[in-house]
Amino acid sequence: MPAFGFFALFAVLPMLLVIYLSFTAWDGLGTPALNGGENWSRLLEDSEARASVWRTLVLMVVSWLVQTPIALLIGVWAAGKQRSRAVLSSIFFLPLLLSTAAIALLWQALLEPNFGAFVGGPLFLGDPDIALYTVVLVISWQFIPFHTLLYQGAARAVPPSLYEAATIDGASRVSKFRHITLPQLRYTIVTSSVLMLVGSLTTFDTVLILTNGGPGTATRILPLHMYITGFSGFEMGYASAIAVVLVVLGTALSLAVMRWSGFRQMTSQQEGS
Amino acid sequence: MKSRPNWPAGIFALVWLAIVVGPLLYLVTVSLRSRAEYLGKSVWAMPDALSLDNYVTVLTGGFGQYLLNNVIVTVATVAIVVLVTVPAAYAVVRNTSPFVQRGFTLLLMGLAIPAQATIIPVYLMITRMQLYDTLTAIILPTAAFALPVAMLVLVNSLRDVPRELYEAQAIDGAGPMRVLVSLVLPLARPAIMTVVVYTALNAWNGFLFPLVLTQSESSRVLTLGLWDFQGQFGTNVPALLAAVTLSVLPIFAVYLIGRRFLLSGLTAGFGK
Repeated sequence: MPAFGFFALFAVLPMLLVIYLSFTAWDGLGTPALNGGENWSRLLEDSEARASVWRTLVLMVVSWLVQTPIALLIGVWAAGKQRSRAVLSSIFFLPLLLSTAAIALLWQALLEPNFGAFVGGPLFLGDPDIALYTVVLVISWQFIPFHTLLYQGAARAVPPSLYEAATIDGASRVSKFRHITLPQLRYTIVTSSVLMLVGSLTTFDTVLILTNGGPGTATRILPLHMYITGFSGFEMGYASAIAVVLVVLGTALSLAVMRWSGFRQMTSQQEGS
Repeated sequence: MKSRPNWPAGIFALVWLAIVVGPLLYLVTVSLRSRAEYLGKSVWAMPDALSLDNYVTVLTGGFGQYLLNNVIVTVATVAIVVLVTVPAAYAVVRNTSPFVQRGFTLLLMGLAIPAQATIIPVYLMITRMQLYDTLTAIILPTAAFALPVAMLVLVNSLRDVPRELYEAQAIDGAGPMRVLVSLVLPLARPAIMTVVVYTALNAWNGFLFPLVLTQSESSRVLTLGLWDFQGQFGTNVPALLAAVTLSVLPIFAVYLIGRRFLLSGLTAGFGK
C-alpha cells in the first residue's frame, strides 16, 4: 500500500518526531541532542509564548464571529435559483483563486498609509491595537467565499416542502429562516466552524507577509512564534515544543466543537442507516 | 413560490460584491499605472494612461523561472496523488482486511494534523534525505498532506458503485488490474477530477513547504517569488501588484475553463 507508506513517512512519522525533538536541543544544522524537559519547563515560563497563545485565541474567536454570520447569510441567499444570484455568487468566489501570498501583498498595498486606498484612515497594520483585527479582516476576505460555498450547497439541499408548508401557515421570511433554515444547516455550521477554527489556529503565511508579527509582537500568533523561534532563532528543539502545543490545541478544539454540537451522533446515525 | 423581492438581502449582497471586487479592481488598475502616477494621484482617480511597463519589469525579473517551477511542482504533486490514491481507494472499498481498514482510519486522522506542526521534523527529514533546496523537497510533503482529503473524496464516490458491477467483472474473470482500469477509472472520473482540482490548487498556492525547504532562486516557486519581489521592488507597488496579477492569471484561465469542476472540487469531501 504505497499510499499509507507515503503518508506515514511524511505525516505520521513527523508527528512522532516532533514530540521527540521537543525534548532535544537542536540548532537545525548539527545533531539533535536530548536535553530532558528543558524546553518544556522553559515554555511554561515563557511569557511571549503565553501572549502568542492568547493572540491566537483572539484571532480564532473574532474570525469566527466575523465570518460565520456573513458566510451563512450570503450562502443562503446565493442558494436561490435566480440567475442574478448565480452570476453574483460566481464572482463572490474569486478570492479563493488567489494564493495567500497574493492576498497578503494586495492588502498590504491597499492598506499602505501614504499611498494606499485609505490615506488618512487608521494605521491598519501599524497600530498595535488594531493590527490583529486587520489580520482578521484580511483572513475573512480570503475565506468567507469558501464557507459561503459550503452553506450554499447545504441550503440547496433543504427540502422545499418545508418552506411551502411554512408559507401556507403564513410564516414571515425571518421566522422561516430561524425555524427552518438554521436548524437544517446545523451540521454545516459545525463543519464550517471546525474548519474555520483549525484554520485560524494554523494561520501563518498571511501574518508572516502582512505584518511579520509586528508592530512589535502585536500579531505574533503561535504558529508564527514557532516559525521565528525555529527558523530565525535556530532553536528547533524549543520550537518543536511549541509545535506540540499547536497540535494539542487543534485536536482538543476539533473534539470539543464536535462533541458540544452533537456532530458525533450525526455520523453514527449515518453509519447505522 | 418566492414572490416578494428580498430587498435587505439584495442590498447586503451588493455591498459584499463591492467588498470582493473593490480590492481586485484596485489590484489591476494600480498594476497598470506608472510609478509616478501611483505616488502622485489618488488611487481611485482615473489614470492618465495605462502602461504595461510594470508587467515588462516583472517578466524580465525571473518570473518565468518561478512560473515553470510552480507548474512542475503542481503537475508532479497531482500525478503522485492520483497514482497513489486511486488504487488505494479501490482497495479500501473492496478489501476488508483489517490492515487496509485501519490504514484508512489512520489516514483520515491526518485531516486534523496541521502541516505547520510537522514542519520542523519534515525539514529534518528532507535535509537528511539530501533533498533540501530541490523541487522534490516541495513535492513530496505537499503530496503527502493532500492524501487524506483525496482518499476521502475517492472512497466516498467508489462506495456508491453498486456491488454487482464488481461481481459481474469478477465472474468475467477480470483481475484487480483490469477492474481498476475498465470499471473504477471511468466511474470515478468526477471524483478524480475533484481530487485533481483540489490538489492542484493547494500545490499551486503552497507557501510553507517551499519557504522552509528551498532556498536558491532556481528552485523558487511563484508564491515565494511574490514575496521576494516585495523586497526587490521596495516601494514600487505597481510592479509588485503586476506580479501578483500575473500570478493569478494562470489559475484564473483554468477557472474560466473548468468552473464546474473547480466549484465542486472545493466543497467536496466536506459533505453536508
